[in-house]
Amino acid sequence: MSGRGLAGLLVFAAALLVPVLGSRFYTFLANDVIIWALFATSLNLLVGYTGLVSFGHAAYFGVGAYVTGILMKKLAVPFLLAWPAAGVFGAACALVFGFFCVRLTRIYFAMLTLAFAQIVWAICFKWNELTGGEQGMPEIPYPDFGWLERLGASVPLLGGWRTAEYFYFLSTVLVAASLWALHRIVTSPFGRMLTTIRENAERAEFIGLNVRRYELAAFVLAGAFAGLAGGLFGIFNRGVFPDFAYWTKSSEVLIMTLLGGMGTFYGPSVGALVLILLNQQIVSYTQYWPLVLGTVLVVLLFGFPGGIAGAVGALSGRLFRRVRSA
Amino acid sequence: MLEVRDLTKSFDGFQAVGGVSLDAPRGSIGAIIGPNGAGKTTLFNLITGHLRPDRGHVKLNGRDVTGIAPHDLCRLGVGRSFQRTNIFPRLTVFENVQAAFLSHRGRGWNLVAPVERLYRAETLGLLESIGLGDRAGEVAGFLSHGGQKQLELGLALALEPEILLLDEPTAGMSATETREAIRLIERIARERGLTLLFTEHDMSVVFSIAERITVLHQGRVIADGPPDDVRRDEAVRRVYLGERH
Amino acid sequence: MPDASFVFAQSLSGLTAAMFLFLIASGLSLIFGVLRVLNFAHGTFYMLGAYLAYQGMVWLGPGPGLFWLAALGAALAVALLGGVVERVLFRHLYGKEELYQLLFTYALGLILSDAAKIFWGTQQKSVSRPPELGGSFSLFGATIPQYNLFIIVLGPTIALAFWFVLQRTRAGRFIRAAALDRETLGALGVNVDALYTWVFMLASFLGGLGGALISPMRATTPGMDTEVIVEAFVVVVIGGLGSLWGTFLGAVVYGQVLSFGILFFPRFSIFAVFALMAAVLIIRPWGLLGRPLR
Repeated sequence: MSGRGLAGLLVFAAALLVPVLGSRFYTFLANDVIIWALFATSLNLLVGYTGLVSFGHAAYFGVGAYVTGILMKKLAVPFLLAWPAAGVFGAACALVFGFFCVRLTRIYFAMLTLAFAQIVWAICFKWNELTGGEQGMPEIPYPDFGWLERLGASVPLLGGWRTAEYFYFLSTVLVAASLWALHRIVTSPFGRMLTTIRENAERAEFIGLNVRRYELAAFVLAGAFAGLAGGLFGIFNRGVFPDFAYWTKSSEVLIMTLLGGMGTFYGPSVGALVLILLNQQIVSYTQYWPLVLGTVLVVLLFGFPGGIAGAVGALSGRLFRRVRSA
Repeated sequence: MLEVRDLTKSFDGFQAVGGVSLDAPRGSIGAIIGPNGAGKTTLFNLITGHLRPDRGHVKLNGRDVTGIAPHDLCRLGVGRSFQRTNIFPRLTVFENVQAAFLSHRGRGWNLVAPVERLYRAETLGLLESIGLGDRAGEVAGFLSHGGQKQLELGLALALEPEILLLDEPTAGMSATETREAIRLIERIARERGLTLLFTEHDMSVVFSIAERITVLHQGRVIADGPPDDVRRDEAVRRVYLGERH
Repeated sequence: MPDASFVFAQSLSGLTAAMFLFLIASGLSLIFGVLRVLNFAHGTFYMLGAYLAYQGMVWLGPGPGLFWLAALGAALAVALLGGVVERVLFRHLYGKEELYQLLFTYALGLILSDAAKIFWGTQQKSVSRPPELGGSFSLFGATIPQYNLFIIVLGPTIALAFWFVLQRTRAGRFIRAAALDRETLGALGVNVDALYTWVFMLASFLGGLGGALISPMRATTPGMDTEVIVEAFVVVVIGGLGSLWGTFLGAVVYGQVLSFGILFFPRFSIFAVFALMAAVLIIRPWGLLGRPLR
């Protein structure tokens, strides 16, 4: 197994061990981190690998959360179906929205992704019968873990956990599987085609790529995985609310992706970890988290006079090749 | 093989290309020359589908390909290089060419296979043949200008074209680099039986390898034929009077 | 079918909202058109205008004419802040890629809006309407507060003044030239750096003024900035980035869609606004009166 694969496995194992520490708080924090790691990595498929900067990625996160929430809470659909449905609906929305977005460039593209996300938010905010409107949908049920508890009676280590901890184990496994899938995608020929589009869309056109179709595919995949992240988040958060799709959510995940490093696969996950932990630390001292975050961002941006891409480009020249040989 | 008839394109009332017709028979080497602004790059953009002509058509082996999307055109056997070097800067030389192979051989939609192993032999082989074999691991953006032009050629060749359209392939090169580049291009074209159509500023290049020369001036063809005829043509001398190559 | 005077009243209410949006969106459009930066922090300037107006009223106390003093003072203070921000921070943004600029201005917005929270806390602040315009008119059977009417008249007045400055004055010509080609203008000896600062201050002034003037009508709260910046984006998208009359038209359209939406399809009004934004981007990305970006 390659070095990177081994490292990934170790992180996975370490993640699974968090509840052993016995603190509800750490488990909660870890659960938050891994879901946002998936969300941010899905966005990076668009931003880092294809070069499309989306301001509305929270739309698919929100759609996923609502779909899973509605299915599980109102229709008593089991998690096994409700969660993949989040990905399916996220992909479907991304297909429709992306169809229009990929026809635009740069700032217009960004504005349209924003507009679509706000449309999703407006629907979630106002369609009271379906989504609970402004109040959202509190108390999404946990998946049924009874079978696991019964199994735990005979198998050591599987028994005696709290529901939230079972859910954490489930999330970790699902997120790891999703990240593995995303990793396969970005290291595949398709992923390479996306990077050529990012590097030089005109040239990509002239090695035979229907650039628009590839961009749409990336959009749909990103939307699918964001939806899956959202599906997990709704349950984790013990409730689904309209602000899941609001533009500030989109900006949060974009910041994680960019700061963590959009030039590498694990960058966004690192960004999620750092930002959430930092938030946690700061919030325990002061309520002025936005001030701290803003200052940190400004300082980091000043530190990279060539811009983010400049710094990333210098790193990624080496890192990209390392990722590839993994 | 390539037939261009009456191509015309105007931008906001300014006619960049007016009624241009030319032929590129299979296996021939043709050059398009003209002063700056004569419309050479616009003509190429019209032929390769980056722009739609207002009038006229382009036929490839008898098939009308006017204005079809670039990605479709290159699947029909048309390879192109660009005047401003157009490569994938942050990918390595190897990855650049490999990407072209992946796309051309239809693997672009494969979402699962690990990409490093695919087409290694073909990619390295091609890089060797154009003289970049020992630079395969370098990041493309850091290559010298000449190296990037070579890579451009490599990208075009990976698509296994029947006809190569090269837009100013020796732009920005020193005399030595130019000679080497032209030798390389001519050798490759002969080896693979390619049809070659290129635009150039450098007259020595043009007269050394072109079998047929088309002269553009202000978007119109003012001369078209074998080098000797063009050299003696009155209109061409007038246009180039005082202009050093 | 609601009666005509009610419809008229709704329309006027939409116009009022539109004029506030015009004030802030015009600043956004100006900054984008000339400085080529999409300023995410602009909503915070609007919010600061409101808070500073409130603060001004706290210091000056109620009394004739004092609201106008507070509002003007607030707008000027915001303009000054804008000038400082431009000189110290924005300088570094010009010519950088868009992603960098957006992140930067967003971070700036975070800092400024939290700074506002430090000074004024998180509770709602309210400002009472200036007594000079405390009453209401009756027009075509509808009752319109005098203050609203004032705003409705102020909007086009400012637009016209803006247009006049841009088209008929030397400074305006410089601004338009800077929007087209900064380098050439600099080569002609114009101090482009100073020009940029003035433009930014003007834009900030307009944003701050909008916030100050809206403070008697709506509660001043943190979170105003995130709400309004999206609305401003909608307006400039519909009207056309960088176009003065486009921004005006966009604001008017937005206001009418919102107020009639609330009237006839209350649950769809927000949806309608963003659907309109999406529709414009799909059909005519550069907006109603804009021109395709270079």
